Amino acid sequence: MKVLVCMSVVPDTTTKITFTNNDTTFNAQGVQFIMNPYDELALTKALDIAEPAGGTVTILHVGLADAEPAIRKALSMGATDAVRINANPTDSQFVAEQIAAFVKDKGYDFILTGRESIDYNGGAVCGLLGAMLNIPSINVITQLTVSGGTATVERDIDGGRETVSCSLPFVASAQKDLCEPRIPNMRGIMAARTKPLQVVEPVSGSTHVSYAKFALPQPKQGVRMISADNPEELLHLLRNEAKVI
Amino acid sequence: MSVIVFAETRDQQYKKSTLEAVSYGKEVAQKTGGKVIAVSMGGASDPAILGNYGADEIITLHGAEFATFSPEVYAAGFAAVCKAHGGKTIVISNTYSGKSLAGRVAVLLNAALATNVVDYPDTAAGFRVKRGVFSGKAFAFMDMNSETKVIAITPNSVEIKTYGSNAAVSAQQPADLPSSATRIENTQTVSGKVPLTEAEVVVSAGRGMKGPENWHMVEELATALGAATACSKPVSDMHWRPHSEHVGQTGITIKPNLYIAIGISGAIQHLAGVSSSKVIVVINKDPEAPFFKAADYGIVGDAFDVLPKLIQAAKATAAS
Ligand SMILES: Cc1cc2nc3c(=O)[nH]c(=O)nc-3n(C[C@H](O)[C@H](O)[C@H](O)COP(=O)(O)OP(=O)(O)OC[C@H]3O[C@@H](n4cnc5c(N)ncnc54)[C@H](O)[C@@H]3O)c2cc1C
Repeated sequence: MKVLVCMSVVPDTTTKITFTNNDTTFNAQGVQFIMNPYDELALTKALDIAEPAGGTVTILHVGLADAEPAIRKALSMGATDAVRINANPTDSQFVAEQIAAFVKDKGYDFILTGRESIDYNGGAVCGLLGAMLNIPSINVITQLTVSGGTATVERDIDGGRETVSCSLPFVASAQKDLCEPRIPNMRGIMAARTKPLQVVEPVSGSTHVSYAKFALPQPKQGVRMISADNPEELLHLLRNEAKVI
Repeated sequence: MSVIVFAETRDQQYKKSTLEAVSYGKEVAQKTGGKVIAVSMGGASDPAILGNYGADEIITLHGAEFATFSPEVYAAGFAAVCKAHGGKTIVISNTYSGKSLAGRVAVLLNAALATNVVDYPDTAAGFRVKRGVFSGKAFAFMDMNSETKVIAITPNSVEIKTYGSNAAVSAQQPADLPSSATRIENTQTVSGKVPLTEAEVVVSAGRGMKGPENWHMVEELATALGAATACSKPVSDMHWRPHSEHVGQTGITIKPNLYIAIGISGAIQHLAGVSSSKVIVVINKDPEAPFFKAADYGIVGDAFDVLPKLIQAAKATAAS
């Protein structure tokens, strides 16, 4: 069994987001970068399925060399080997094209991504890959079992959940509840140091989109306090002042 | 050249987010020219109503293939209509189903893709969309450079407009659909409840509620306000509530008109997911809780005292 997991590298969740160069560039100064939390779930699930079957799990990242500590973390969680496609991950479509070009003739049984990358929140790579590789794509999965060439997944749908069965190969995106992320142990960390990390040069990609500038949300005007003894007042304000109920 | 809107349904009815998507399509068509075609798949009880929200024409796609939702098949059927009718701007709701489709459709049409879009495009020079990024901590303005564009518009981002007009409905049966490699075995939906991602009012609670046995108060308030329920991460981690209610940086991002946070401290990861809410109410017994800084209205008080009174008042208002 051969499995591929795609990972992004994102600012730590406690990061206070700011921009530089006249609000055109994300300010990475002092920011700690981590493996995207949903990708940790994807990797953990892939390992849980592949390890008992004697299979391999390759972790793939499209990005520059500064992502290597995060890639080593994925290796220390248990990934067999890693691939880094050496390109600045400018947008979901560019990233998916790079992954699709790499995957094409490799014969993976299935591919997992995270539900979304928590930096640019595209949530798009799974569907893009599915169409580029002409295989089924299943978004936001909360359960996955694979046996005898068939996968059974549970996925979130709007206002509920659905159980879906699917033939291999396919691509699916990991949602919370899929599993608890693995924490690397000492042995994993030691082993990760010598695991193969292949650097692949990118293919030429599309430029469908480009980011022009960024903005922060408008700060709140200040909070209006209401007495705990008078919740009617709150409802009155919500109805007549804010007009939201 | 036309604007083509994917008209998503639930139980054969158009969702509120669908009406928003159609209104969005109309607004774009007024800027870029061309007509608005809504495409309805899998059956809808009254397709013609979309005319009132801005559709000039409605195409319903029929066939056994569309009986259940499959991203491959739906994307293929939808993309074929887009091609046949010169669709240059394609509008889809940024829902779970919509997002499953958007990427596939963009590939099939060799189009630029923007998900998580929160406002009308700026077409003054080119085509610039505003997207939510960093899980609600910021916005990005992104240029869509290709001739064809696929836009997934976040529910509750734009107003529904009505035009009082009618639109012709035509039924089509697309040829050459791929057969689906996926099969839906079982669907469970929570009926009678507003889905969180599309709700206009959300009542949310955190660890301050002490335990799952106290959630009946949260539910009661939500019911009285016609709201969906949500929770903080630790609450779903401890399985007090299902993970699908977890909002925040590692949960879902929502933008209701009203978000009521009860016993939630307001950590940066939580705020990320809810700060786009139009109005935020915070109820917390700690006057120093960081959430008050992000709130419009606040009550300092014990949830166990405040909630029963609030529920009673909300029921009274609902009844009046
Ligand atoms: C990688 C990472 C990702 C994360 N992602 C998310 C995320 O997506 N979403 C999220 O929510 N969190 C997330 N967190 C967790 C976040 O940092 C906070 O720990 C969490 O939001 C706190 O939840 P809480 O407010 O329910 O609980 P607490 O922080 O324990 O706060 C409880 C609040 O309830 C109040 N309270 C207690 N009793 C009462 C009472 N009787 N009446 C009224 N008020 C009362 C207290 O004053 C306190 O403010 C993440 C953390 C990490 C490390």
